[in-house]
Amino acid sequence: MLTYIDEIRAASARLLQEGAVEMVVGFRQGSQPMMNEPCLIRRPEDVDTLVWDSHCGINLTNYLTNRKEKIAVIAKGCDARNIVTHIIENKIEREQLYILGVPCQGMVDKRQIAMRVAGEITEVGESDTEIRVQTTRGEIQTFAKAEVLQQNCTLCTHRNPVLYDALIAEAVSEQTVDRYTDVAAIEAMTIGERQQYFQDLFAPCIRCYACRNACPLCYCPTCFVDEAQPQWVGKGQDAVDVMTFHFLRAYHCAGRCTDCGACERACPVGINMRVLTKKLEKDCVNNFGWEAGLSPDVRPALDTFNLDDPDKLIK
Amino acid sequence: MIKKIAKDEWASGLSKLAKTYRLFGPVAERGPDGARTFHNFKALAPGELPDLDLGNTRLSAKSLVFPQSEAMFTYTLDEDRDDHHILKEVPADGMSRVAFGIRPCDAKALAMVRMNFDTPEYKDPYWLRLYEATTFVGLACDAPCPTCFCTSTECGPYHEEGLDLLLCAEGEGLLAKAITEKGERLLADAGWEEAADQDLGARKAAAEGCITSRIGTDQLAEGDLLDLHGADFWEDVAFACINCGTCTYLCPTCWCFDIQDEVFKQEGQRLRQWDSCMFPIFTVHTTGHNPRDTKTQRVRQRFMHKLKYFVDKYEKGIMCVGCGRCVRHCPVNIDIRKVADLMNRYTSDAAKAEQA
Repeated sequence: MLTYIDEIRAASARLLQEGAVEMVVGFRQGSQPMMNEPCLIRRPEDVDTLVWDSHCGINLTNYLTNRKEKIAVIAKGCDARNIVTHIIENKIEREQLYILGVPCQGMVDKRQIAMRVAGEITEVGESDTEIRVQTTRGEIQTFAKAEVLQQNCTLCTHRNPVLYDALIAEAVSEQTVDRYTDVAAIEAMTIGERQQYFQDLFAPCIRCYACRNACPLCYCPTCFVDEAQPQWVGKGQDAVDVMTFHFLRAYHCAGRCTDCGACERACPVGINMRVLTKKLEKDCVNNFGWEAGLSPDVRPALDTFNLDDPDKLIK
Repeated sequence: MIKKIAKDEWASGLSKLAKTYRLFGPVAERGPDGARTFHNFKALAPGELPDLDLGNTRLSAKSLVFPQSEAMFTYTLDEDRDDHHILKEVPADGMSRVAFGIRPCDAKALAMVRMNFDTPEYKDPYWLRLYEATTFVGLACDAPCPTCFCTSTECGPYHEEGLDLLLCAEGEGLLAKAITEKGERLLADAGWEEAADQDLGARKAAAEGCITSRIGTDQLAEGDLLDLHGADFWEDVAFACINCGTCTYLCPTCWCFDIQDEVFKQEGQRLRQWDSCMFPIFTVHTTGHNPRDTKTQRVRQRFMHKLKYFVDKYEKGIMCVGCGRCVRHCPVNIDIRKVADLMNRYTSDAAKAEQA
């Protein structure tokens, strides 16, 4: 994976030089360990600022919404599925995009690493299989990448982009995993236990809306939480209002979420709100045989009906 | 005069204080597996000690005097009641408070925020009653974080502004330096009166030496406001921004709020809530027009407010204490240190171009 960047830069420079695209959406080196910053490159001479490593977890589809230019975008498996969803939902045209597909082996969860080291992390390096961090105490610690991935990456079953114009490396093997053990554990709770679980889960929420804003699915001109007439939900720290925000946000992602993990990654207080979207994803798979973002030619579960739906309701 | 607090006197002093004060301090949040994740300021339960083994709290100390949601008034819409449609003030709880474990950056920020809430023309009763009821007990930073740049903001790891008392770790116990009369009273109330034959000068210098991150702000006051507003870097600075409220909500110096009425059946309350200039709705007019309609405008507003408008209006430096929270927790790694340097350099380049 560490050689991907050479191909990303070469392809970006070529596309900009040829005038095939006006801009490239990718990542540049962050100022913080284990962080990169989404960026927009317009000139071929600037492509060397692009980077690619295990810290590119932000979903770049978020930066394509309603753009009018011709754009090259670097897309992991999850980003590509969100691009498909964007095309279906008319947030961008397929013809505007040149998708540089990146076969992905998962992005690193910086909080997990921070929790496992003493002191502050000052520098980070990586090989194909390991992450190496140096701390303010001068210690160097090494972790197997597979052990410190974002949880959604460990459960990912579409690591290769489903839609692309060029794949920048050979496809990686796909994983076979049970994606829903955490959802099943919540389903097994009594109603009282579940209510307590959600209250505890969302208690640290500060309503900053980083989860919503990091999500490529959330592009409404005015979000329901910002509506004043009528006001659907209180804006304060009342626990019921906070949960209402999270539950409704999740429902708006039903049949659309690719579990890219952008919401959880963005949360400044470490809430795993993905349990909600995963429950809806599981229901979509079980009831409609539907997984989001696999083809721009198939209508999504909640926007069509099919006599072959596995659910008995329609028969 | 520096006092010494032995480990066992710390707990006994706190239980003495708990009789007359409400105690607040950093408490570790726990993840689903029970592991400590990060700290926030909370009211301490009886017998609970503030957890002073921390870098800094995830959210700043501002919520101690400026809660994220605060009821200002209550009212009833029930016309069978004589006092229907009359706003009734929510009374203060009236109890003195002590807030432990405030880092010097957050304390300086409280003094800075006071410039907004306590002016000769206007005194904010909600902010002031909590501020005045509280004794602020600082915790000096002997191991600052790599993102701390407080020595560039007229602050520092042992800075005393905004504090009544400053603590620093000393072996298993603590040293305490009273800064105000409130601080002295607290030491007496807690029974922490054993003098320590020390001063903090060397420790202060050592801690300041540990700060590795710096920003340049010397040109900001000189620069032309409109030039800076029209600078060519704002699109690039703002590109990654997702317009969430993380930076503003974690910031100890951001003071903006919104006022909302919430009614349940016949009973209503008027709430003051934190607001954020990152949100599009922050500036929407009743006509529907939004003068800050794009994210670039909103990002520019935040940095211009902190690093230019505030500088020009108050002439007391920048509206940032260098705590580094926005740097560490921005989901897309927008870094105020880089933006401050861009703005500072832009101003100095403009000045040079004019001379040439």
